[in-house]
Amino acid sequence: MSFISVFDVLGPSMVGPSSSHTAGACAIAYLAQKMKSGNLKKVEFTLYGSFAKTYHGHGTDRALLGGIMGFATDDIRIRDSRQIARERGLDFEFIPDTAETDVHPNTVDIRMISDDGSEMTVRGESLGGGKMRITQIDHVNVDFTGDYNAVIVTQRDRPGVAAHITRVLSEHGVNIAFMRIFRESKGEKAYTIVESDNLLPDDIKQQLLDNPNVEDVMIVHNQ
Amino acid sequence: MIDFKNAAELLELCDTNRWTISRVMRQRECDLGETGNEQIQSRMSRVLEIMKDSALSPLKSPVTSMGGLIGGQAEKLNTLYEEGKSICGDVLSTGITYAMAVLEVNASMGIIVAAPTAGSAGVVPGVILSLQKHRHISDEKIIDSLFNAGAIGYLAMRNATVAGAVGGCQAEVGVAAAMAASAAVELMDGTPRQSLDAASTVLMNMLGLVCDPVGGLVEYPCQNRNAAGVSGALVAAEIALAGIRQWIPFDQMLSATYQVGRRIPYELRETALGGCAVTAFGCGFCGKK
Repeated sequence: MSFISVFDVLGPSMVGPSSSHTAGACAIAYLAQKMKSGNLKKVEFTLYGSFAKTYHGHGTDRALLGGIMGFATDDIRIRDSRQIARERGLDFEFIPDTAETDVHPNTVDIRMISDDGSEMTVRGESLGGGKMRITQIDHVNVDFTGDYNAVIVTQRDRPGVAAHITRVLSEHGVNIAFMRIFRESKGEKAYTIVESDNLLPDDIKQQLLDNPNVEDVMIVHNQ
Repeated sequence: MIDFKNAAELLELCDTNRWTISRVMRQRECDLGETGNEQIQSRMSRVLEIMKDSALSPLKSPVTSMGGLIGGQAEKLNTLYEEGKSICGDVLSTGITYAMAVLEVNASMGIIVAAPTAGSAGVVPGVILSLQKHRHISDEKIIDSLFNAGAIGYLAMRNATVAGAVGGCQAEVGVAAAMAASAAVELMDGTPRQSLDAASTVLMNMLGLVCDPVGGLVEYPCQNRNAAGVSGALVAAEIALAGIRQWIPFDQMLSATYQVGRRIPYELRETALGGCAVTAFGCGFCGKK
């Protein structure tokens, strides 16, 4: 069982009204934007389950938009995030999908488009009490909470990539807490998520990219 | 390494070391969270600061909730009290005022501390800040009491649930009130056993409370129930401080709460398909939206 801190009980400190529909939603979007390179130009949020039905009354829309602009769950600017996004020239859209029922009740797909034209879609689930997890990256099933510092490697599913990743990390003295590989199908696109207690130096990114089967590297610090 | 899995172990740690519950919880946080006392003290000070802001600001500047169901209640209660017309007495009157204030802030997208959840965030600050005001207690001691409350909430999260969708309102306001009762006992220099007895009493008295928010929003009846949570906490603390023992210890009462919660029908667990949510008013409100 993972450690339950006193600040998990008396927390999160958050903009109301709901830890699952507001704080959790904000946390998902906050983590999603950390995973995307470049300046965001447009964001589409597709809402499922309870999110789709009650997002307006819970401020889920404003929380998601705040998170995507990098606001933490206790940042009062969440209230005015629609206005702030417009001022920043960020295009956004909310699409409630009540037809899809085979999902966790509080699920959102976040499609992010950067000004360089690159795109990424992340699916997150809000689990209650402000807790959440990322369950898909570009439609590949993953499991990622952002509780640790993480390296997310986008790669082709070929031999030797995992060995390359562990070698680079070991050269930098990074201790691996968890490491998992998720793939679309054999030989296609795959993701390796490595989680660590250590801070991850930026130069590992370039070294990881040296392997021809590595397409992209994201470094996500948990603070 | 200080840790405990249930209230019996917590009590044993208190007895063996002659520590308060808050001291055990503080040590546990340092040991398992791999952090120092200074750091957690400053984080908890920030928690208290947010609690104070959210309990006090609506008394002077009321705000309407996003759903439009609440707003201005704390100001009205404060006026009643200041005019000397309160029938509850100082501690209870101020406690329910603060608790309802926090829910107003929460429902209008202000900043609150989930304690243990956003929908039950008013109870703990209501009780401890009212005691601080009327019994002139230092911030330092109030911060200690938050660690005490945290110990009870941790046990509920670990061994039961604090989600209304899983265990009904008894898991949210019920647990919040148990936390507040335990903290109140420590603030009044009661023993760890009395704290746990008070927490047990609260769960007993709130057993079966359903979660049935009108329109699915964290507003109504949530705000009223936070006020009821304050009164339940103070009643239980008073009983414990008088030296009245409870036959059913906290661990057993927590387990009973969880078992009852699992048997609460789906319609009455935060789905807005039963109870207050489907009264003529509740349905009418949803129809208008």
